[in-house]
Amino acid sequence: MNPNSEIYNLRVNGKTHEIRDSWVGESLLFVLRERLNLPGTKGACEQGECGSCTVIMDGQAVCSCLVMAATAIESEIQTVENLSDGDSLTDVQDAFVTEGGVQCGFCTPGLVVAIEHLLSQNPDPSEIEIKEAISGNICRCTGYGRIFEAVDKAVSVRKAKTA
Amino acid sequence: MSSAIQTSTRRDVLGTSALRPDGAAKVQGRFEFSSDLHAENMLWGATLRSPHPYARIIDIDLSAAYKITGVEAIITADDVPGKKTYGLISSDQPVFAQDFVRYVGEPIAAVAADHPETCRRALAAIKVEYEVLTPLTDAELAIQPTTPPIHPDGNVIRRQQIITGDQNLHGEIVVEGTYEIGMQDQAFLGLEAALALPDSGGKGIEMFVATQWLHEDQKQIAACLDLPCEKVRLTLGGVGGAFGAREDISLQVHCALLALRTSRPIKMQYSREESFYGHVHRHPAKIFIRHHATRTGEIQRIEAKLVFDGGAYASTSSAVLINGVTHIQGPYRCPNASVDGYAVRTNNPPCGAMRGFGVVQACYAHESQMDKLAVACGLSPVEIRLRNAMVTGDKLITGQVVESVAPVARCIRETDAIALPTPLAKTAHPLELVGGSGLTSLPHNIVRGVGWGVSIKNLMYSETFDDFATARCQLKDGVATLKYATVEVGQGFVVLAPQIARSVLGVDEVVLDTVDTGIGSAGSTSASRQTWMSGGAVDGACRLVRQRLFEHVGKKYNIDPLRLVIEDTDVVDMIGDFRISVVEASTGVLIDETFEHHHRPTEELDEMGQGNCHVAFAFVAHRAVVDVDVELGLVKVIQIATAQDVGRVLNPIAALGQIEGGIAQGLGLAVMEEIVLDNGKMRNPSFTDYLLPTALDAPSVVAVMIEEPEPQAPLGAKGIGEPPCISVTPAIAAAIRNATGKELPRVPVRPQDICF
Amino acid sequence: MVEINFNHRKPTDVIALRRVDELKSIQIDTEKSQITIGAGLPYQQMEHGEIALHLPALAQAARTVGSPQIRSAGTIGGNLGTCSPAGDALPVLSALDATVNLQSAEASRSVSVHDFMVGVKRNARLPGEIIVSTTLPIVSGWQGYAKVGVRNAMVISVASCCLVVDRINGTIAVALGAVGPTIIRCRETESWLASQVDLKTKTTISPNLLQEFGTRIANESKPIDDHRSTAAYRRHAVCVLARRLLTRANSQ
Repeated sequence: MNPNSEIYNLRVNGKTHEIRDSWVGESLLFVLRERLNLPGTKGACEQGECGSCTVIMDGQAVCSCLVMAATAIESEIQTVENLSDGDSLTDVQDAFVTEGGVQCGFCTPGLVVAIEHLLSQNPDPSEIEIKEAISGNICRCTGYGRIFEAVDKAVSVRKAKTA
Repeated sequence: MSSAIQTSTRRDVLGTSALRPDGAAKVQGRFEFSSDLHAENMLWGATLRSPHPYARIIDIDLSAAYKITGVEAIITADDVPGKKTYGLISSDQPVFAQDFVRYVGEPIAAVAADHPETCRRALAAIKVEYEVLTPLTDAELAIQPTTPPIHPDGNVIRRQQIITGDQNLHGEIVVEGTYEIGMQDQAFLGLEAALALPDSGGKGIEMFVATQWLHEDQKQIAACLDLPCEKVRLTLGGVGGAFGAREDISLQVHCALLALRTSRPIKMQYSREESFYGHVHRHPAKIFIRHHATRTGEIQRIEAKLVFDGGAYASTSSAVLINGVTHIQGPYRCPNASVDGYAVRTNNPPCGAMRGFGVVQACYAHESQMDKLAVACGLSPVEIRLRNAMVTGDKLITGQVVESVAPVARCIRETDAIALPTPLAKTAHPLELVGGSGLTSLPHNIVRGVGWGVSIKNLMYSETFDDFATARCQLKDGVATLKYATVEVGQGFVVLAPQIARSVLGVDEVVLDTVDTGIGSAGSTSASRQTWMSGGAVDGACRLVRQRLFEHVGKKYNIDPLRLVIEDTDVVDMIGDFRISVVEASTGVLIDETFEHHHRPTEELDEMGQGNCHVAFAFVAHRAVVDVDVELGLVKVIQIATAQDVGRVLNPIAALGQIEGGIAQGLGLAVMEEIVLDNGKMRNPSFTDYLLPTALDAPSVVAVMIEEPEPQAPLGAKGIGEPPCISVTPAIAAAIRNATGKELPRVPVRPQDICF
Repeated sequence: MVEINFNHRKPTDVIALRRVDELKSIQIDTEKSQITIGAGLPYQQMEHGEIALHLPALAQAARTVGSPQIRSAGTIGGNLGTCSPAGDALPVLSALDATVNLQSAEASRSVSVHDFMVGVKRNARLPGEIIVSTTLPIVSGWQGYAKVGVRNAMVISVASCCLVVDRINGTIAVALGAVGPTIIRCRETESWLASQVDLKTKTTISPNLLQEFGTRIANESKPIDDHRSTAAYRRHAVCVLARRLLTRANSQ
């Protein structure tokens, strides 16, 4: 489709992927979902206002819809798919399920990534720190109450493990 | 690492917080939403939409678009083989605009191409010649008979009066007001998407679609495609929230037509901007209401005029209007009524179902009035409401007797008993203050206010609509398999259904079959109806299976089946010693039963608005505590206390999730959510400017669930989805009034409404 | 990237500056009492550390930008490049009389931020130039920032204000955001206030003076009605914000 496209590589979830035949304006979100078969990251606004597309890039939580994929070469990218697979969930993921933090689930991958990132930087966040950390992730179903509970649970589970 | 698969001995029966079976997939990103679906050899579809609110189409020139490499098909109204129009109540909405476009965003054509970018270029290359007309954007004007009709069906979609009792009664106390409710959007996160797979031969189609009602979609799609229903097979794709916006079809027919035309799979998905244009919104409304009361505050008569702006096409406006007029009295006794309601057509964006369905608007009006009445009578907001609170057996202004459990006073009292939050500390963290990180306000700039809202909400569909639900249960070797067409939009039916089977049949392992049109209709996931209706269908099917199981066991072990019951996971003889596990009892047998659950019949309203038009009702009270920076007009909602009439709690965490989620949506309407229109055009079709509550906007929610089992409900449980978002909005507005003294007749309340 | 996602812009060639480390540097020149911040430094890096220490108003503004995800990626270079009057950092740059440092293949130049911000989404960058950094003075005194939005996170500013008091020179600077085609520096009010009180010391401002100060600030603003707010509200908001910031300046 695009005679002028270059081939570039992206490092996603520890593996190098070759991106061919793409167009320069494609967002990282588009490339993850449509070219790399990693549909776990979701898009709900295309302008960084909802956080469903949150991924970790070079150790920072960013909106992948606002990253031009081709500029992300030599960056380390982790998506929700990197957190767990099969029957094993991380403590954050497990807490989301047990505390009712999941309803329709569309915001969930972005939230889980944002929270895993928060806890990796700040294992014992205050209530305000949690709210600020996820203030860029919109949930339309839960009203956030059960999500806060899920984070609290994940924090105590982690504390108990490291105690 | 840990697993979400429960291995405890607690059985996940009704009443427990059983976990979502789709939870693990959702947290891992494995759960397939309809936008995650792909097919081999598929093309992408996209829609051309009108930039004008009202125009005549002179010509559509597709030639330039066809020349673009990668474009495989372009379709317009002429390419619709069957019915050219569709609609939930009246089929007044064109699949593609033919002679006129009547709202900004109305579909005119659709293209199929090899890449979304090719689609965009093709759409840009389609040349439409319009004769731009002056749009009708004033709902009051739409009522006038002298206003030229913008549609062959006319500008008044429906008018309904309720006239009962003494039309001339004048109370000792009279309070009135005109209230306005802005246009809210459902703003579900999972953008519209569908995948259509044409049958080879082109005489049928399979579609994966995110919707609220598979069978209604099927019916409308089949009619437009000129295919029999059986040839349109729909499977539910994962749904990322709905809140009413998916009740009307959006891209379904377009996607199917492109698939049949190209003989290739077609995927369509909307961007956020397109989503705003592509689905119906909540009706903006203007409500005049006057209460007549005795000196001691008993309501004697209500006068009201309600005008709902339905936008360009009818959708469910007729039913929304009925809800508005029949709920305008609120959960209060009212012996005399003079109510007049209109749902009108304009060139504004089409409106239809949104959680609350007409009652949100009515509730804002009646609750604002109750506070005015309280002041006029020298009563507190709680006292005035308790004084008028409905009980079971009261008659509504439609003449219908409230047969449902109606614990209105209890809802109010239990809400009142919830502790208020601690006062704002002088040392509060900036993010806890109004204005947040914007650092606008210090504690001495902030005033706290408290306000109330109480509401009644009908459950299920009304006015003779038989919205039944079907479910099938199969029991074999200790495993129950459930099949139903009930749409899961996130509300949790996928958790509830297995809980029912476990409770009724004594099994632990329950398999959920694919949700598709391969079984009878379950009705819409809306109107707070699925727990009652689809829950009732699953319950009914399981009971039939249980009966057959008992007959089988009775025959095999020579016991009268009437003596058998399920106890935990065993079949037990109530009178004798016999006990056998359900697993063993069902080994080697296959029991298969299908059940249709119908609610009792309802009536249409007559010309005087009289009739038993609703099935049942649920009630809820909300108390809001807000902090207001009065000088800047900024608001932070601190706490919402609520007691909700739920009948029976079937899953505590899921129920709480519905309550908290509904409250957030009601909060949005109260202080931040509105589609701003300018002469028919949406000014803010994006999340930058259509503001949804974030985690920093979420109040603390303290919820009490009032369990007085509803005898009519198959599981004793009432629907709980809508009540949480209804009276919370007026409660927040009332709290802002309490803090500021402003009248605030309009929601959403904007800063300028407070500080000027 | 938002414009690309929305098909308003279709680039065919892109130069990515993300990995140019020089664009993310912070340089403190103690002799000249100024800080130079690379145009590619994410806002998140401005919320603490040396920038928070020396430029507290900028740290405050940084914290109001979008969401944590946006703050990981958003930059002053972006704010300057877009040059929207609602850009969160821009009132701070204006109040501090920042300079914008530009570089092309041929030359480099520095422009006052006031000359750089030309109009609504228009700036003085020439084709072929990139924004390299911005240089801001370290001021002895008080500075603060406040921003009005309708919800408590992720809002485009309805009205914003940055106030800087220079206790050495006895001057004040007030810059307003989202109330004009570009950032507004209220120079008339600044001179007027300097003539009314001794800004070198922390004296209490009388209620009448505070009142007039706010009114004068509002009169220098040029807000419009749009879908986010009204001109009348914006004018009122900057009046209130300016008064509050001045009160904080003289009480802390």
